[in-house]
Amino acid sequence: MTELPKARVATASLAGCFGCHMAILDMDERLIDLMARVDVDRSPLTDIKRFTRRCDIGLIEGGCCNEENVHVLQDFRRNCDVLIAVGQCAIMGGLPAMRNAIMHSDDPLRECLDEAFLTGRYIRNTTHNAPNDPALPLLLDEVYPCSEVVEIDYNIPGCAPTGDVIYETLISLLAGKFRGFEREKIRFD
Amino acid sequence: MQPPSEEDSAPPPPPIDGVVIQSICAAYDNDPHRMMDILIDTQAHFRWISPDAMHQIADLTGLSRIEVEGVASFYTFFSLTPNGRVTIRLCDDIVDRFAGMPEVAKAFEAELGIALGETGADGAFSLEYTPCIGLCDQAPAAMINDIVVTNLTPETAREIAARLKAGDTPEALVSDRFEALAPHARATRMVDNNIRHAGGVLLGPVPREAGLKAALDLRPSQIIDMVEASGVRGCGGAGFPSGRKWRFAAETEAERRVVICNADEGEPGTFKDRVLLTERPHLLIEGMTIAARAVGATEGIIYLRGEYAYLKPLVEEALAERRDAGLLGQAIMGAKGFDFDIRIQMGVGAYICGEEGALISSCEGLPGEPKTRPPFPVTRGYLGFPTVVNNVETLCHVARILDRGAKWFFDMGTDGSHGTKLFSVSGDCLNPGIYELPYGLSVHELLEMAGGEDAAAVLVGGPSGTMIARDQFDRRLTFDDLATGGAIVVFNGERNILEIVEYYMGFFVHESCGYCTPCRVGNVFLQKAIGKFRNGLANPEDIDYLRDLSATIIETSRCGLGMTSPNPILSTLDNFPLVYSAMVKPSKDRVRATFDIQSAIDGARKIAKRRSQIFDRDFTK
Repeated sequence: MTELPKARVATASLAGCFGCHMAILDMDERLIDLMARVDVDRSPLTDIKRFTRRCDIGLIEGGCCNEENVHVLQDFRRNCDVLIAVGQCAIMGGLPAMRNAIMHSDDPLRECLDEAFLTGRYIRNTTHNAPNDPALPLLLDEVYPCSEVVEIDYNIPGCAPTGDVIYETLISLLAGKFRGFEREKIRFD
Repeated sequence: MQPPSEEDSAPPPPPIDGVVIQSICAAYDNDPHRMMDILIDTQAHFRWISPDAMHQIADLTGLSRIEVEGVASFYTFFSLTPNGRVTIRLCDDIVDRFAGMPEVAKAFEAELGIALGETGADGAFSLEYTPCIGLCDQAPAAMINDIVVTNLTPETAREIAARLKAGDTPEALVSDRFEALAPHARATRMVDNNIRHAGGVLLGPVPREAGLKAALDLRPSQIIDMVEASGVRGCGGAGFPSGRKWRFAAETEAERRVVICNADEGEPGTFKDRVLLTERPHLLIEGMTIAARAVGATEGIIYLRGEYAYLKPLVEEALAERRDAGLLGQAIMGAKGFDFDIRIQMGVGAYICGEEGALISSCEGLPGEPKTRPPFPVTRGYLGFPTVVNNVETLCHVARILDRGAKWFFDMGTDGSHGTKLFSVSGDCLNPGIYELPYGLSVHELLEMAGGEDAAAVLVGGPSGTMIARDQFDRRLTFDDLATGGAIVVFNGERNILEIVEYYMGFFVHESCGYCTPCRVGNVFLQKAIGKFRNGLANPEDIDYLRDLSATIIETSRCGLGMTSPNPILSTLDNFPLVYSAMVKPSKDRVRATFDIQSAIDGARKIAKRRSQIFDRDFTK
């Protein structure tokens, strides 16, 4: 009996809360089953920082709020055959995109930073400055969903999607059978 | 009942307000259904509708203040802040823009010292933009209070502004002896009719009252048979067979029935009703009277769009003349039991009120929101009574059909589209104006007559119609091929199709009543998406996005506005596909070329005062 070659999977969390990665772990013992079929390349789960080689599937959590997110996402697009946006932040911008609502301002980004670090009612910031370490990536003018920065092949909706949904999607993708979601899987109520 | 004493601490309204508002409301019997008129008169007197005024009107009409505010805030021409003594509304239609409105606007701004959208500190002038005011054949045009000025240039704009500043009334701009002029003379001094081709039905010689006399010899059901046999269909754009509409209304059991004339000609590029109201007011009222006879109505309403306020005295004069001549009122033309009278309901600048249900809501003194259908207005319309709503042109046709016979009308035009149609041609052609022609001629033939042969695109039926390209100019103007309420807007090869589309989407964003979310929000998204195309930031998938979102809006809106608002996009996607594909940027390595990292981080670079470690070169090395 010939075994199928294992697929290579990479994951990244951009402007997200790591909740979608928690949901991946929430597959419980099915992780063992999944690990029999895939190798995990670049991912916070393996702590591998760079692609070791081209991957079959990339899973992206979170949208793009800074230049590093864009850089990572573009890197994933160039190194993954299939790129999947996991969760609402990756698909729509999600909670971080609330800052896009500051629109009637001449300088929305500065207004956002000021309120977050200087003028907000509950701020105790003894430096009286917004953080500006040279190691910090520059923020983008607004938070972008992944599909505005690169082409995305599939979306797994949810906040966060359940481990079941992520597991089933990956398994059917690997079997070449993924045809989208059943309606009851993606309904809101 | 006295209000509780705590409310007495609120600042009392100026006493003069109270008396004036009481007399305004009393003039309409404190009837909440006449809210439009009450608010129009209030605004005419105080130049705005103040919170105090709304409070008092609510008390007098038995409504809550929020209901009054709901009406006052719905209509564009109602102002909830004090307006200037003279309000100048510049027509912002795309035809006016191409005809030089931006320069005219600058001239007004400079001469009056206020920016668009502002009211001067001295309260003398307000300056604002308004969508199409039905004068595209003499663009750029503007309304100054209730008068209109046409064919503006920066020079005439400066002159007008200077004269108004020097104390001239807007009326004095038309004539020194404005008050002495007859209403028809006033209207034709302000606005040219531009009748370029008079057909045999409406704009040719028309004998007075011939149709009404014929109708009086017939039983009501025979009138309806005749109208049905003539094949006349609604001329406002939808093309519903008028005879069938009347039959439904006549067959519904009711103690009262109503005939409404829809003179809320709001579709950008349409101005045929303006000419009919100017030249054929009697024919229109004759048609309404015949309709009343046919369906058994005792009351009629002419819903006249606010932009045509300058025509109100003219229509009022015609109504008064007819009352004096026994052609309106009790026992019309001596026929016992044939009682019918008409009032004018002014609109206040809302495109949506051209929609039947919204128009009825507006006549009832409500915000101009469409009604859920069914029930259709023919069974439950104005105040719950069976109501026939017909376009100006349709009603004029009816009067002529009764005079000349159904066959005469039926034999004109083509199969399914009988009779003649008034086409209002504007834009890039030598002879913009009104053409009365039988249905069935081709766009090309009409363009030849109008001197628009070098057209690159023609918008048939206004923004809710179809935009066609040169290869389709042989298509025919009928209900079955290219349906139109009359608007034919011509664009030459120098016009930017996407600019036109973006303008019209902005128009629909502004005019959506907001009841259905897909229309209220979806049109905003469509407009933004077109903006992306114009800025070269559109992905290939954005074309699918435009189509998907358009389909959703069409499917899930309850009235004609939402069902047609994506048409500027859909028809240009079909007929000008290269315009879109030329603006699309495909991805490289599946990384979006349309995402511009440099502009995305520019703001942060300035705030952080450092370069990007990832995307900027390090020039220190």
